[in-house]
Amino acid sequence: MDLVNIFIRSAFVDNMIFAFFFGMCSYLAVSKTVKTAFGLGMAVIFVLVVTIPINFLIENYVLQEGALSWLGEEFSSVNLSYLTFIMFIAVIASTVQLVEMIVEKISPALYGALGIFLPLIAVNCAILGGALFMQEKQFATITQATVYGLGSGVGWFIAVVLIAAIRERIRYANIPGSLRGVGMAFLITGLMGLAFLGFMGFEI
Amino acid sequence: MAESTEVLEEKKIKVKEREPLFSKKNKKLISDPLDENNPITIQVLGICSALAVTVQMKAAVVMSVAVLFVLILANVSISLIRNLIPNRIRIIVQLVVVAALVIVVDQVLKAYLFDVSKELSVFVGLIITNCIIMGRLEAFALGNKPWPSALDAIGNSLGYGMVLVIVSFFKELFGSGKLFGFEIFGNATEQTGLYAMGYMDNGLMLLPPSSLILVAVYIWVQKIRNPSLIESH
Repeated sequence: MDLVNIFIRSAFVDNMIFAFFFGMCSYLAVSKTVKTAFGLGMAVIFVLVVTIPINFLIENYVLQEGALSWLGEEFSSVNLSYLTFIMFIAVIASTVQLVEMIVEKISPALYGALGIFLPLIAVNCAILGGALFMQEKQFATITQATVYGLGSGVGWFIAVVLIAAIRERIRYANIPGSLRGVGMAFLITGLMGLAFLGFMGFEI
Repeated sequence: MAESTEVLEEKKIKVKEREPLFSKKNKKLISDPLDENNPITIQVLGICSALAVTVQMKAAVVMSVAVLFVLILANVSISLIRNLIPNRIRIIVQLVVVAALVIVVDQVLKAYLFDVSKELSVFVGLIITNCIIMGRLEAFALGNKPWPSALDAIGNSLGYGMVLVIVSFFKELFGSGKLFGFEIFGNATEQTGLYAMGYMDNGLMLLPPSSLILVAVYIWVQKIRNPSLIESH
């Protein structure tokens, strides 16, 4: 039940796009067609599910105050938390590289679908933001952290596919010239965000 | 004809070698991002942080200064080592440089401005993946000398800060009736000032979607004033 709750919260209530604006740059850039939005959305879910558990382990066994005590008594007072950013981004960048290579070897079809998006994801704020929120929420177990990663990814995926579908529909609408393109995308996202506010306080 | 223009261009290049520090071209590097090449509204970069930290003006100003600091130093240092970076791993090199600078900013904020640092929470860390920084490094610093890169960084972070300050001005003024924490419309709990006449804060302004709508309006106004920026879908 707890896991379901974490999933629902991260996917709908604290939706990455509508509540925190994570990954807005790529969200606006790829949301012109549903097909590319679908590809990038899948890649984000994939990378979040892979990197959040890794970052969880690093946070709990390397970075936190006293996390190094498994090395011996004398390390129990070491606090490396100021290295968080550089460790997380290094993990993300290298995992993305690794994942890209593995996917290319194992499943060329999946690589064809995700390929061009994977390198971009290293600099997507959704991934680093997910890791930093994971750190802030202090999950007890690695399962909870993984479910959080999955939920956030699904939330991002839903948001990007929804707006891509809307933008495809309004392509031939007669929008005032000065709102065309980015302006309209912002307005639509704002309205979608208002709708998603309805999930506020939602719990199972 | 063709020859003469070539000679002219050659002359131009020779003149350019002894370019003054603030030549017309360099001034454009600063003024362009403020309006017709604004990083947020036209280049559509760095939106995550821009939208999320605008509930209070103080946070918005601190965030803009942090981005200014990181962007200038990152742009200059990447531009200095641009010929040494192998092309394949350039993104990781850029990430490491930026992450180191952001750690400095984060520690300084925690030491001297703890309340603001708490409010910005993860968004200080997210400067690392702020697309403005990566975008400017990729698009400008990798191909230009340090001095123009520094100017480009100043221009872009000012353009970024300008949008942040304008959006947060409206959000804080109409959302909580304050500016930089000073009560403009009177005190809401004690019912003084405008509140005594029945004025009420617009709670929507404090919620995330309002920043999106405000930025949309900003883009709208900007493009009405400058029709050459209008996109053709």
